[in-house]
Amino acid sequence: MPQELNYLRETASQTAGPYVHIGLAPGAAGFDIYREELGWDIAGPNAGGQRIRVEGLVIDGMGSPVKDVLLEVWQANSEGNYAHPEGGGEVEEGFRGWGRVITDFETGEWGFDTVKPGPVMGRNGRMMAPHLNLWIVARGINIGLNTRMYFPDEEDANAKDPVINLVEWEKRRATLIARRDDRDGKPVYRFDIRLQGDDETVFFDI
Amino acid sequence: MTQAEFYQRDRRLQPPALTPDYKTSVARSPRYSMISLQNSKSEITGPVFGHNDIDPIDNDLIRNYAKNGDPVGERIIVHGRVLDENARPVPNTLVEVWQANAGGRYRHKKDSYLAPIDPNFGGCGRTLTDENGYYFFRTVKPGAYPWRNWVNNWRPAHIHVSVFGTGFAQRLITQLYFEGDPLIRQCPIVQIIPDPDAIEQLIAKLDMNATIPLDAIAYKFDIVLRGRRSTLFENRLEGN
Repeated sequence: MPQELNYLRETASQTAGPYVHIGLAPGAAGFDIYREELGWDIAGPNAGGQRIRVEGLVIDGMGSPVKDVLLEVWQANSEGNYAHPEGGGEVEEGFRGWGRVITDFETGEWGFDTVKPGPVMGRNGRMMAPHLNLWIVARGINIGLNTRMYFPDEEDANAKDPVINLVEWEKRRATLIARRDDRDGKPVYRFDIRLQGDDETVFFDI
Repeated sequence: MTQAEFYQRDRRLQPPALTPDYKTSVARSPRYSMISLQNSKSEITGPVFGHNDIDPIDNDLIRNYAKNGDPVGERIIVHGRVLDENARPVPNTLVEVWQANAGGRYRHKKDSYLAPIDPNFGGCGRTLTDENGYYFFRTVKPGAYPWRNWVNNWRPAHIHVSVFGTGFAQRLITQLYFEGDPLIRQCPIVQIIPDPDAIEQLIAKLDMNATIPLDAIAYKFDIVLRGRRSTLFENRLEGN
């Protein structure tokens, strides 16, 4: 009798479809059902560090904004710890580090408020520059797309980041770095995600 | 603490990004290869949810939006377990679902299909798996509906399912179909999955043992998330 491995196989992904809001953001679909929708408060009231806003568009291969996208963000706190048993250390009460945002149906703009994450210890003791992990689903996207947003004001840390440096083409590394446009004294980071084209955003197979 | 990575996602079981039979994917599919990224803390961790985040009624779609009676449609239980590829249960993980009503109409301001909205049906639910990875929902069976792709495409009856797991690398959205539905083999969104067994795994099975006699019929749907290594991900061994 040969050895049997007996692994199960991952369930296949299917598109989130045009009505993803019903399940994950019902208020946006046009009705009120849950006591509280999840993912609107990423950092909570007690999080230390710099309060920031992040905004952008997801742009399709025709150059048009995608207006029915849902993004999720997963980030460390300002000390570089994730709110998870293996996250590296304590986080502030109320800090979840996870958020969910949808685009405006008319313009495709998305945006969220959070705190700027700290650097996170990466593999083999190499520090990763502060970053937001992003996951993008929509109609026409068959399996969620993973990317990272890095900060333009972390030039030194970005230059040493082991993930940015995995991207062989220097030109493409720039697609992972947001632009900073301060507004009313608050840092606003602009991160447009391009699904196709010469400046297609780098997506990761994680 | 052991920090081990998830097994590589087998992309041959997953739909590719560019699938011209599903037209919307053409302009929304990246063309360059993804960069393969070995898991770090950013991928092996993920959000944690608890019972304070949700209410017990949230998994009962027959009652969670009822205004003056039950929704119209075939009463069903959808139940199963969330497992990983090692067949270990994934406990306390958030499972969210959404669906059309029995007539195939979504409660969404962008859906204009001529089947009517059901005043007693919202169409979404959420729950946490128990310590054995088990979950269940009570709902009505969604209807098939037409969609604009080719001139005459119909989606098979389906429920959208979103699952988290323990790490962001396990994040998954899929769709559950129902055993015996002839529209499954006609549907471009289903048939872009390159592996027949992977399609089969999306089809919930009629589960007579879990039906509630004289009340609701049951379908079983197990969800498998990526498995995880038991060894450290660092190249040099430290402990373990």
